[in-house]
Amino acid sequence: MFPELNNLLNITPDRAEQGKLTLLCDAKTDGSFLVHHFLSFYLKANCKVCFVALIQSFSHYNIVGQKLGVSLTAARECGQLVFLEGLKSSVDVFFRAQAEPHPLQFLREADAGNLQPLYEFVRETLKPMDDGQAAWRCPVLLVDDLSVLLSLGLGAVAVLDFIHYCRVAVCWERKGNIVALAHDSGDGEDKENDILLNGLSHQSHLILRAEGLATGFCRDVHGQLRILWRTPSQPTAQRDGSLTYQYKIQDKSVSFFAKGMSPAVL
Amino acid sequence: MAAVATCGTGAGSTGSIVATTSKNNVTSFQRKGPRASGTDSGCSRLVSIAGTRPSVRNGQLLVSTGLPALDQLLGGGLAVGTVLLIEEDKYNIYSSLLFKYFLAEGIINGHTLLVASAKEDPADILQELPAPLLDDNYKKDLDEDICNHQTPDSNIKMKIAWRYQLLPKMESGPVSSSRFGHYYDASKRMPRELIETSKWHGFFFPEKLSSTLNKEPCSLTHGYRRLLQFIQKVIYEEGFDGSNPQKKQKNILRIGIQNLGSPLWGDDICCTENCDNSHSLTKFLYVLRGLLRTSLSACIITMPAHLIQNRAIIARITNLSDTVVGLESFIGSERETNPLYKDYHGLIHIRQIPRLNNLIYDVSDVKDLAFKLKRKLFTIERLHLPPDLSDTVSRSSKQDLAESSKLLGPGCGMMAGGKQHLDF
Repeated sequence: MFPELNNLLNITPDRAEQGKLTLLCDAKTDGSFLVHHFLSFYLKANCKVCFVALIQSFSHYNIVGQKLGVSLTAARECGQLVFLEGLKSSVDVFFRAQAEPHPLQFLREADAGNLQPLYEFVRETLKPMDDGQAAWRCPVLLVDDLSVLLSLGLGAVAVLDFIHYCRVAVCWERKGNIVALAHDSGDGEDKENDILLNGLSHQSHLILRAEGLATGFCRDVHGQLRILWRTPSQPTAQRDGSLTYQYKIQDKSVSFFAKGMSPAVL
Repeated sequence: MAAVATCGTGAGSTGSIVATTSKNNVTSFQRKGPRASGTDSGCSRLVSIAGTRPSVRNGQLLVSTGLPALDQLLGGGLAVGTVLLIEEDKYNIYSSLLFKYFLAEGIINGHTLLVASAKEDPADILQELPAPLLDDNYKKDLDEDICNHQTPDSNIKMKIAWRYQLLPKMESGPVSSSRFGHYYDASKRMPRELIETSKWHGFFFPEKLSSTLNKEPCSLTHGYRRLLQFIQKVIYEEGFDGSNPQKKQKNILRIGIQNLGSPLWGDDICCTENCDNSHSLTKFLYVLRGLLRTSLSACIITMPAHLIQNRAIIARITNLSDTVVGLESFIGSERETNPLYKDYHGLIHIRQIPRLNNLIYDVSDVKDLAFKLKRKLFTIERLHLPPDLSDTVSRSSKQDLAESSKLLGPGCGMMAGGKQHLDF
């Protein structure tokens, strides 16, 4: 996790919030550093994490996690982390017919399927342990990323349904958190993606939006992060707080600073 | 030094990891996937594969793309297990050249090749590969045009224009060690003995059309499905994914797919905007990515992206590929006669470079790159405007200057698309 981002969001691993949906989106840049942050944050906060990693392999997250101070293999060993590796499973699902329904069963279907097997998988892994062995804090579902599900033949409505069901199961019943990443194409070309993003934005409590700089590439400032706090249940109650920072990604951390206050400029 | 450091710290902390990987059905000599090759002490084992080297930044195993200039721009080379997507230029002249360089590099290094095409027979493609340039022959030819070049080894300290010495030097000559990255002569053919001794698999789609397979409903078009099964068969049978304990494979599989997405593959993504199975290509890329990540292979795909009318799909394809390079040739455009571009044949855009096993990545500062195909060499250089030396600066030339400075201004790369043009 990045300590500076924790300060900006006003959270620490000891006081993690519960029952929240956090939306990460990136526009014209790569927002995967936010996924690494939340993964290591929730592992350090002693939460049970179900990570649906559709776009990169396990060793990628593991190596970056080691730089951030968590060991994914150790977490997977002791049961704190349940890792669904999309790339490896897709090869199994696509080339061999599976006996029982696989979470990524939609890869074999011809027309637009739904994500019900995936939802069942998530609910199964995050259900409370009856034997009361190692009591983890709260369950967390992490999805990286949702836009690739649209590329695989699912409709935006199917993905929104999946998130809705997961919110009921994870956020409402078990007082857990959901963190999901979605890409934003920016110019309104991808209508399905815009539907997905709009639907998620209205449901989420916290939106972190990583954008590229409007003026182009810069070596010292890699992008801009917009943080938006929302209360979806009371849309007109109070003004949502929003902050904007610029960031620079380094080897093991990300440094944040106010707009125009990059150390390279000052 | 950085590679040694990562190996060292990796070996210390992976004591527990080595114990746990034994549970994950990994054979003792090979890792489950090539991704973690850098952090384990087994990186010394994998470096011994011919034609590969570990990345300086994170020990990632890299192969050469066949163009040392492109290797330098991609941070040392193409990572094993990833896809290099080339957006074709309009008449598919230079992208097919890059495709051939990639395959020729595989033959020189002794890698296994898998060539897939719907247009040409793979055997014909292999006959047309460029011949490699041996170092001593090349040095003679390099002296001929040395007056136009600044060789990278020149130690002449500039006395007056010393600021120019700080500019980054692009690689324009052969590197001293010829084990990684070779130069090719596009005017000569590769010797037939080299091709015949190499191991290659060909997939020519019109040949595979006739044979039928079990018709399971799937949203992939027929061609993509057959190609994926072919690739998976080769990877599994030759042991590139380490699943076959009998086959101790210590070689790289280079996969080359030509004109993916064109109507010859049975896909209508280039024909209409609202195509029936618009998810076919993206699903193919996803499953291909899964195959590559779990095997010792690297893939090059050329795609006629300028024909795809649905811009949303281009963004999805870019997200599903690792490295994306776009070629834009000047042939047929008004830039061909523009005196500003007279030295170059086209522009090359590095649209995306992956961040693998890392938060950061090697990105070159130079965003405006142009290429030219000289008699023997394909060079990539920084695009710079020639000085305006005309006596009377006419209005039309000022217009061209403004156009091209708009091109240089935002410097968009994978970081951001700059919409606002800074006027200096």
